[in-house]
Amino acid sequence: MLAFILRRLAQAVLVMLSVGLIAFSLFRFVGDPVLFMLGQDVTPEARVRITQMLGLDRPFYVQYAKFVARAAQGDFGLSLRQAQPVSKLIAERLPATLELSMVAALFALAGGVSMGVYTALRRNSWLSQVMLAVSLIGISLPTFLIGILLILVFAVQLGWLPSFGRGDTVALGWWSTGFLTASGLTSLILPAITLGLFQMTLIQRLVRAEMLEVLRTDYVKFARARGLTDRAVHFGHALKNTLVPVITITGLQLGAIIAFAIITETVFQWPGMGLLFIQAVGFADVPVMAAYLCLIALFFVIINLVVDLLYYAVDPRLRIDRTLTAH
Amino acid sequence: MILEVKDLRIEFRTRHGTLVAVDGVSFCIAPGEVLGVVGESGAGKSLTGTAIIGLLEPPGCIAAGEIRLEGERIDNLPYEAMRRIRGRRIGAIFQDPLTSLNPLYTVGEQLVETIRTHLDTGAAEAKERALALLREVGIPAPEARIDHYPHQFSGGMRQRVVIALALCAEPRLIIADEPTTALDVSIQAQIIQLLKRLARDHGAAVMLITHDMGVIAETADRVAVMYAGRIAEIGPVREVIRAARHPYTVGLMGSIPKIRVATDRMHAPLVQIDGAMPRLNAIPSGCAFHPRCGKSFERCRNERPEPRPAGANLTACWLYD
Repeated sequence: MLAFILRRLAQAVLVMLSVGLIAFSLFRFVGDPVLFMLGQDVTPEARVRITQMLGLDRPFYVQYAKFVARAAQGDFGLSLRQAQPVSKLIAERLPATLELSMVAALFALAGGVSMGVYTALRRNSWLSQVMLAVSLIGISLPTFLIGILLILVFAVQLGWLPSFGRGDTVALGWWSTGFLTASGLTSLILPAITLGLFQMTLIQRLVRAEMLEVLRTDYVKFARARGLTDRAVHFGHALKNTLVPVITITGLQLGAIIAFAIITETVFQWPGMGLLFIQAVGFADVPVMAAYLCLIALFFVIINLVVDLLYYAVDPRLRIDRTLTAH
Repeated sequence: MILEVKDLRIEFRTRHGTLVAVDGVSFCIAPGEVLGVVGESGAGKSLTGTAIIGLLEPPGCIAAGEIRLEGERIDNLPYEAMRRIRGRRIGAIFQDPLTSLNPLYTVGEQLVETIRTHLDTGAAEAKERALALLREVGIPAPEARIDHYPHQFSGGMRQRVVIALALCAEPRLIIADEPTTALDVSIQAQIIQLLKRLARDHGAAVMLITHDMGVIAETADRVAVMYAGRIAEIGPVREVIRAARHPYTVGLMGSIPKIRVATDRMHAPLVQIDGAMPRLNAIPSGCAFHPRCGKSFERCRNERPEPRPAGANLTACWLYD
């Protein structure tokens, strides 16, 4: 078990180093930083001096090593546009994105699993048909269109919910939360639905397919033959066996939710990392882009590690325990 | 009688018409008796068993006839009432022990769950009972094994666990559907012996569904031979094996290799029944077996024979009219 975790951690470090390399090479390919800082009118002597001062004359691998060392401490330099430390900018934006992503993920998971189970158990009811039809819409409409439609209906026409921004936030240390104010909570609803809808339909269809599969297995038939209640058969035996693939997909989708919050944040002008990134791209603000890239990669790596550990919690067959195997 | 099945008819109502999978099947099982049910694949043996425990899946349904458990009619019970009977008064054992157990729960959890579903016991008491059951079905070191997962058991051991699960609430009837087919030959004998001993100790009746005549000969008191959804012949096991009346049973017995015969006459050919069992949508008129029967005559093609006494057996054949 420990060996497994260590192996996964080593892999995670490798992944982070490669992503770091890509982020680092952004600096070299997206224009000349010296030119950015000094503008066109600069003497060759000043150029050389600045280049030496920034260490840009050193070999590639020395620069990369320096970048990695600083990045590991959360130091990605100054934003070219706002002349503030990138880490500070990100720290300001991080809570907004994480809160939005968590609510969207919970919405997707709760809605997806319950609808998936329902449509699998009551295959022929009209409600199942409606759910499947809705999920088809959720899967086929692009996120930004769903966001715009929701704004049109609930913000513009009905006027129930705000159409943009995060509402009022409360600062808890460096973390600013929207969970504690009414305007913060109402502001969350539309973006969270927009962001989570696609994932919800995905999870719903996955759970439904897995449930139908598991309900056909011998052990479910045998559980019925033992006279267990439908509740025990469906939720104790069938649902638990659908969890392994659901955990995989949900984990991957959670990473995707955080990463692709960009579109939703743009539509709703949500002051999160995605919006920061889009603005940074517009201004070729390379340090911000590099930091965003590394941070998202870090989220994916952490989530995947957690998913792998969850498998062990759910499926006893994976727990390596050689002394106990069949004899 | 523990179980009485009378004129059971199972139909599959599909878009392409109604298929009759089991037709006019009647038999009964006395307390402590083992009834073997044999026949080729598709003869309707398993369906009959599934119908008795009330787990026919749509579009399959009981179209006619009745099933009585200890005199009480159970084929028309509502779902919840039937659920209480399953596991409590009728235990079931399925073919493949490797897939009958839920891989995510320990065998102890599955036993305790079943016990507590049917009997009003506390957790500790249920665990005691689970341990006793594991000991009774011959699992070594049950105290350690009770916390193991199914994948940590071998096939034969898993089938013992399945038997323990079927016996959880002292059912009066055990339906064992091909309980040894998926096991090694050496394990098969052990499982059959175990099943027989437990049924005798608990006074339960057993319906043993199989296509293995060897298993029937060792275990059953009586045997029912099924063909194309009907009972061809039913009687005491010795009578059916030694003095089969129905030409299908005769053919079935003749197709079993006999060691002594083979050594006496080196090339004694096995008897073969020509043709194959009819498909459900093309069951012949009259006696379903007549196209494959060497002794068929005019009446077999037109009139359907019902099981009638012939010696100690009941035989559905016009030869014995």
